[in-house]
Amino acid sequence: AQQLKEEVRRREISKILIANRGEIACRVMRTAKKLGVRTVAVYSDADKNAMHVEMADEAYHIGPAPSTKSYLNATKILEVAKKSKSQAIHPGYGFLSENVEFCEKCASEDVVFIGPPPTAIRDMGIKSTSKAIMSAAGVPIVKGYHGEEQSIEKLTAEAQRIGFPLMIKAVRGGGGKGMRIAMTEADFLPQLESAKRESLKSFGDDNMLLEQYITDPRHVEVQVFADMHGNAVHLFERDCSVQRRHQKIIEEAPAPGLSEETRRAIGEAAVRAAKAVGYVGAGTVEFILHRQTHEFHFMEMNTRLQVEHPITEMITGTDLVEWQLRVAAGEQLPLSQEEIIRRGHAVECRIYAEEPRAGFLPRAGTLHRLRQPEPEEFVRVETGVREGQEVSVHYDPMIAKLVVWGRDRTEALAKTRAKLSEYQVAGLETNVNFLLRLSGAKAFVEGDVHTAFIPQHELELFPKSDSVLSEDRAIQATLGHLLSSQVANTTNDSWKGIAVAPEGWRPNYQLKRTIPLRFDEKDLSVTVENTSKHNTYRVQVNDGEWYEVEASLQHTEKGLRLNTLIGDKKSNVGLLTYDQQVHVYDENGQTVVELPRPKFQAASGADAAASANSASSPTPGILERILVNKGDKVVKGQPLFVVIAMKMEYVVRSPRDGVVANLAPFKLGDAVGKGTQVVMLEGDS
Amino acid sequence: MLKLVRGIRRLNQCRHNHATVIGTELNRSDPYYQENKLRMDELVDDLRQKTNDAIKGGPEQAVKRHTARGKLLVRDRINRLVDEGSDVLELSTLAATDMYKGQVPGAGIVTAIGKVYGRDCMIVANDATVKGGTYFPMTVKKHLRAQAIAQECRLPCIYLVDSGGAHLPDQADVFPDREHFGRIFYNQANMSSEGIPQIAVVMGSCTAGGAYIPSMSDESIIIKNQGTIFLAGPPLVKAATGETVSAEDLGGADLHCRRSGVTDHYAKDDEHALNVARNVVANLNWNSEQRARNQTAKVDDPIHDISDLHGIVGANIQRPYDIREVIARLVDGSRFHEFKELYGETLVTGFATMYGHPVGVIGNNGVIYSEAALKGAHFIQLCAARKIPLLFLQNITGFMVGQDAEAGGIAKNGAKLVTAVSCFKGPKITVLIGGSFGAGNYGMCGRAYSPTFLYMWPNARISVMGGPQAATVLSLIAKEKAEREGKPWTDEDEKKVRAPVEKMFEKEGRPYYSTARLWDDGIIAPTDTRKVIGLSLSAALNAPFRDSKFGIFRM
Repeated sequence: AQQLKEEVRRREISKILIANRGEIACRVMRTAKKLGVRTVAVYSDADKNAMHVEMADEAYHIGPAPSTKSYLNATKILEVAKKSKSQAIHPGYGFLSENVEFCEKCASEDVVFIGPPPTAIRDMGIKSTSKAIMSAAGVPIVKGYHGEEQSIEKLTAEAQRIGFPLMIKAVRGGGGKGMRIAMTEADFLPQLESAKRESLKSFGDDNMLLEQYITDPRHVEVQVFADMHGNAVHLFERDCSVQRRHQKIIEEAPAPGLSEETRRAIGEAAVRAAKAVGYVGAGTVEFILHRQTHEFHFMEMNTRLQVEHPITEMITGTDLVEWQLRVAAGEQLPLSQEEIIRRGHAVECRIYAEEPRAGFLPRAGTLHRLRQPEPEEFVRVETGVREGQEVSVHYDPMIAKLVVWGRDRTEALAKTRAKLSEYQVAGLETNVNFLLRLSGAKAFVEGDVHTAFIPQHELELFPKSDSVLSEDRAIQATLGHLLSSQVANTTNDSWKGIAVAPEGWRPNYQLKRTIPLRFDEKDLSVTVENTSKHNTYRVQVNDGEWYEVEASLQHTEKGLRLNTLIGDKKSNVGLLTYDQQVHVYDENGQTVVELPRPKFQAASGADAAASANSASSPTPGILERILVNKGDKVVKGQPLFVVIAMKMEYVVRSPRDGVVANLAPFKLGDAVGKGTQVVMLEGDS
Repeated sequence: MLKLVRGIRRLNQCRHNHATVIGTELNRSDPYYQENKLRMDELVDDLRQKTNDAIKGGPEQAVKRHTARGKLLVRDRINRLVDEGSDVLELSTLAATDMYKGQVPGAGIVTAIGKVYGRDCMIVANDATVKGGTYFPMTVKKHLRAQAIAQECRLPCIYLVDSGGAHLPDQADVFPDREHFGRIFYNQANMSSEGIPQIAVVMGSCTAGGAYIPSMSDESIIIKNQGTIFLAGPPLVKAATGETVSAEDLGGADLHCRRSGVTDHYAKDDEHALNVARNVVANLNWNSEQRARNQTAKVDDPIHDISDLHGIVGANIQRPYDIREVIARLVDGSRFHEFKELYGETLVTGFATMYGHPVGVIGNNGVIYSEAALKGAHFIQLCAARKIPLLFLQNITGFMVGQDAEAGGIAKNGAKLVTAVSCFKGPKITVLIGGSFGAGNYGMCGRAYSPTFLYMWPNARISVMGGPQAATVLSLIAKEKAEREGKPWTDEDEKKVRAPVEKMFEKEGRPYYSTARLWDDGIIAPTDTRKVIGLSLSAALNAPFRDSKFGIFRM
């Protein structure tokens, strides 16, 4: 250790390459800048104008958009590191962050890999190895069998020993592949067979491990940190139980409802785990925690900085990236275990471009609008994209992380909801509404979190009422649309006329118009009649009751807001009109109301041309080719014949689907006049 | 306290704007005020009721038939044509009221000024639900009046055509004369020559003469299966040549867009056509020559509540009030820089701004004496020299009569005022806020003096003299005649002469009689007056402010 210490002391890290993109690249750069460390970004074709490229002191193009050819291209990245004279590489999370080969390559090229030694990565990457190490180090592991012997008899015997329900997992498995659950003994053999088959297909190996299956557990992880001097500490735990598609969307620190005793025990177990693998740098030891008994078992160790590290920073007042850089430079950990104090509660929400109601399917596209809460002392907004940029299909669809700290959990959750409701995103569907509902769900607020939370609370999280547009909302969307287009007209005014503010005034009667809307595939209409009172309208949704509504727009730094007084209810909502949509934002998130395109726009633009039934020459010219025969079936747009005129070739296409009824008696080379019918379709008049 | 605050505010404004704030706080519980207000409220309610009836258009059946074809009603068309939230200054909504057998609401045509892409445009739109949109004499008059305004103010014209052409039973009163149907096309040609864009949207039939509206336009749009243009319709063609042809094939969108070239743009429905029309306007490269001189950046509303006008004016035109109280409720910040306050006091003249634009205001505070006429003529010359539009607030029984007045040269002095009014070529806006009698109507820029716009309040009265005066004149003549013939003259006889005269004057002096005949551009509520003047001024200022050359003032 002494020797190591000597060696690492010499390491000066004054310039780092960040082998990542998006918010984490930006996050690392922020700390680097704070420490006076220069930063080098790498980018793919898709990220040419990305925020992380702009933030860096230098940036290098490393390849096309697919990550296999860019952010996963270890050779290229190392080349850039050498070229840019970066002393170290921060891998962020994902991509190359847990790649043993890359880690080793860095070492051989004498570039510091900001992370653990390759051995730790390798050991923790293999489930059976990691479990064996942990077990030996006295870290509680789930009752199971991780043995070499794989005979069916042995496995059956072990299964009986462990008991049911039981999880059968491929040793080299991941992402749920090669994993089965046997609820009872009778299930065991068929599930084993199935898991083996899948594993063999996916990983070329059908070695299995068996584990006790804990129903709906909690997912609690501990942030650990170790230096090259043999010190290791933990920075308390995070609860990441609530997941969708096996991915986290909301995390909090500390885990709710743990006794101080459990908290200490889980922390100490994590430190033991880190020490057992000779860990260096930031790591996370994941445990599954029994909901009722709070017994915990080692699950795996992530040998990198995690997405949700900011909540740990919030409750401990640390900067973990700074710690990473210091440790990589050979320094001791900045704080000892006793000096790490836990304060308050932090929550992180991951804002994703995805459609929660469609199974959380990811979405990609342009962020035509992205308004986020302002960062404050206790609010962090970590993002790597800006308004107008694209959420690419090539990468993770995460738009931002919202991290909020409160003195206690209640306060943190309340603030989280308040800040979430400040999100205004257009162009892409996001999970903001879902996060709002989730963070306000009764069971969540009570801290009853577990991995099956979303399916179990489906009715509450996806209420039927979501598909109904309330009258108030319809009114707000309509008036918001009308008032903002009125403003647009005023500001577009090409000359400064007399300043009579337009208000839809009519002499001795009132302007009345019906605006068609569309919401959740359903049509509705809102009728708005002006009144003689300023800013006051009579409004009716469909054939419903008439309301007197006061409405006015307000321009704020955070965009347009709409004040309404409907009946006795006063509200102030965010408003965004975009394309053919009106977005209304309030404490329940975003409501997107569509303004159906006018009928004339809905049909194809070529409609006028298509109304011609027959295929006739557009110009006088020479008939060059006829491409169809009598009786041929043709589809709309299919080329029928070619005319040459004035050295130009005109391809005449079928105006509609049909059958060729007849060809006009022309020979190739004949002159045809403008409008001459050459091909007649059946039904032509 | 409130008064104090107001006082301070006024003081500040005075210093800032160098103009005095006029008008007084009124005692709104005063029975006089109350009664006035009650009566004017009734008149305005009645006006709104009549307007709402008129804008329903033709009979319910006709409206249903129209919308069932997927066509928009005329005002909905206008709403889609203009910018969202644009004010629409609809003119003469009550034209032709009670003039023809069977009602012809609005004379079957809507004329209005609205903004399209921020540009003031004159919209002339047939209402096909009213007698098929055919042209009655008043329809022609209203159409021509709209064109006259457009020509004077240089407003692009958009014709939403949906008309069966001339109303045949009235052909003698719509076809042959100078100010009849043909004048529409004459105006189109001349406006086009002056560079005033002419745009037609063919949303229904344009038969015979009507075919010239799109044909004479700079750009035209037609809706397929809906708009048709032909000199003779299928029945007439059949009769004339024996040819059998459908209306669409004879003059539909396909024919005119693809073959004849009569129309330029092909639209699928009303909404599409109106959208295209908006695009046409957007591409006019139309830069207004608006002369907004000395326009202040920020517009102050009048300090006094405009709704007080009801309580000030009332319905009884014999009740006097100070015209300054009216001015105070119309002009910016109630600021009024009065000219010759102490001379010819029955005519109030002075400078103010409306929506930031300077205006010269001339209002009546009683009968016009020689001094008042001279002052008015002087003031008009000032406004002409300074290129300031004029606003006439007309409430006038006439010029002073009697020996003193005649000896004082009221005739030549009144003539000076009439000369000044006649020769002033800048925008003139006249509002009849009370009586409009005799030569007073002339001196205060009545219809014959070509005000750019002329509006009436619902309490106004217009006639050559008051009904009772006319009755007196006629009964005196009858009495003299009776006396000459040695016949007895009883009270009964006098009543017999007076009653029909008074009745006739009462009927013909009413604003609805006037507006039906287009003696004005519409009846407006007192509380809408500021807005209407603002929009009218805005429209008028699209044209360059012309120089005035005055005739000989008889000295």
